[in-house]
Amino acid sequence: MSQDGVNKTRRTLLVGATGAVGAVGAGFLAVPFVKSWLPSEKAKAAGAPAKVDVSKIEPGAMLTAEWRGKPVYIVRRTPETLDTLGTLAGRLKDPENSNKEQQPAYADNGFRSRKPELLVLLGVCTHLGCAPKYFAEVKPEPFDSDWKGGWYCPCHGSRFDLAGRVFNGSPAAANLVVPPYTYESENVLVIGVDEENA
Amino acid sequence: MSKQQNTLMGWIDDRLPVTQTYEKHMSKYYAPKNFNFWYFFGVLSMMMLANQILTGVWLTMNFVPSAEGAFASVEFIMRDVQWGWLIRYLHSTGATFFFIAVYLHMMRAVLYGSYQKPRELIWIFGMLIYLALMAEAFMGYVLPWGQMSYWGAQVIISLFSVIPFGIGDALTEWIRGDFLISGATLNRFFALHVVAVPLVIVGLVVVHLLALHEVGSNNPDGVDIKKLKDENGKPLDGIPFHPYYTVHDLVGIVVFLMIFCTVLFFFPEGNGFALEYANFEPANGLKTPAHIAPVWYFGSFYAILRAVPDKLFGVMAMGAAIAILFVLPWLDRSPVKSWRYKGWISKIFIVVFGFNFVLLTWLGTQPATATLTSIAQVASVIYFSFFIGMPFYTRMEKTKPVPERVTGGH
Repeated sequence: MSQDGVNKTRRTLLVGATGAVGAVGAGFLAVPFVKSWLPSEKAKAAGAPAKVDVSKIEPGAMLTAEWRGKPVYIVRRTPETLDTLGTLAGRLKDPENSNKEQQPAYADNGFRSRKPELLVLLGVCTHLGCAPKYFAEVKPEPFDSDWKGGWYCPCHGSRFDLAGRVFNGSPAAANLVVPPYTYESENVLVIGVDEENA
Repeated sequence: MSKQQNTLMGWIDDRLPVTQTYEKHMSKYYAPKNFNFWYFFGVLSMMMLANQILTGVWLTMNFVPSAEGAFASVEFIMRDVQWGWLIRYLHSTGATFFFIAVYLHMMRAVLYGSYQKPRELIWIFGMLIYLALMAEAFMGYVLPWGQMSYWGAQVIISLFSVIPFGIGDALTEWIRGDFLISGATLNRFFALHVVAVPLVIVGLVVVHLLALHEVGSNNPDGVDIKKLKDENGKPLDGIPFHPYYTVHDLVGIVVFLMIFCTVLFFFPEGNGFALEYANFEPANGLKTPAHIAPVWYFGSFYAILRAVPDKLFGVMAMGAAIAILFVLPWLDRSPVKSWRYKGWISKIFIVVFGFNFVLLTWLGTQPATATLTSIAQVASVIYFSFFIGMPFYTRMEKTKPVPERVTGGH
């Protein structure tokens, strides 16, 4: 093909303009493909609150409830446990709840709960999402010789105290999350809503 | 075979370069005559890829990709489908042998400097295959929807949550397609595992081989056989790939298949390494198994992740452990390719690196006790120092002279 009389500048401009318009088009075309990976409307609708009767939980025992497919740990703490919580500050990464996203305002206290004895936690390790295991007894454990009770994550060895606060030396950086919850009555806990009558 | 005009082959060759392609890649592809044991693993990797594709297609005929049906359909394949157990074990144990072949193939490249100039692109494409293979294996492990499938997916997908500024959390949600690992995750992993990633892998294998056949194979001496040619222009130290290496590789294939079949028929779960026992329990999002570990072929990187007691830096160390492999061709400053002619620092480092990698792999499959974590920390340092020190020790050390012709051989 003869190259005589070819306007190179115009050709470059046309090639560039076609390419740019094509790239924009490809960008628009990508949107439905990328967005189809987001949670579906059905998945979004499945997040209903969960009701739990807490009257049967013995002191020191833990009940696992399910909310949005995730485990929620509910523990009735003993008075001795509540006393221990105040003494652990030096061993914790965030004893003062300075990471405000990890608990609602009403759980932003020394016990990280609405009622001091009843602790409600999302059982999802803040490291990589495993369900930490409950080790209630105060005794030396293979992972901690001075264990005061709490949770140990089997995946990567993160340790949490009985207020869900993370111990130093854990791969997790944040305390376990306190989900929104409220009491419908004395013994009925509603997980997923912040206020009564909400 | 030269071009024959009046035959069927000639007719086809005028329309499609079949003979020309066959000669370029098989009968007139000259490979060095001194290939040793280590050179079996490229062909063996390809054979295992073919095995995975064949058995994988057959598994999809009975597998049900849904959170409700997946676990039961795998049980159905194992118990009720005629020969289903064999096809399933060929696929699951096959994955283990695929990785064995690939790791030895990569170690070969490290030993003989096969990644060095002019084979950098071959190495890069090989690393991309390895990366795609890891994604493929991870997503495949999720499909049976056992406890390890579920919690493995939970941990691996959560790795992305370390990306700051809220991007990480949005990204993990996007990958999962839900607020937790669910059927949505399983279904998309099925689509990627069965269609998308295999296409990418096959494409990359083609490019890997085209790049290899452009520059020619390296050999245990790291000698360039194209330098010395006979009067016909054929390399003095080269022999045609077919029939010499096709027949030669058959022996390796038979021996490899003997070992594969022994494991396949007598220890298909590989003592918990190929199929973890916790995965025989259906996925339960409320309970993490007491001991969660990846399948063995991810052990090394998992051990590095766990060795760092910090979420962000742990994930970064793991990512760096994989990423640093990509730049290996530019870290090695040695004037010689093969470790046979490198100095003693390189030799020691390569041997230590090999055993250290095996150690890390094992550590990743074990529960994280304080002692093992300390060992993993030392092993991680050794892993990185092999690479980071390489530009220095390969330049400093005294190398031996490389011969003109290859040594040994047939």
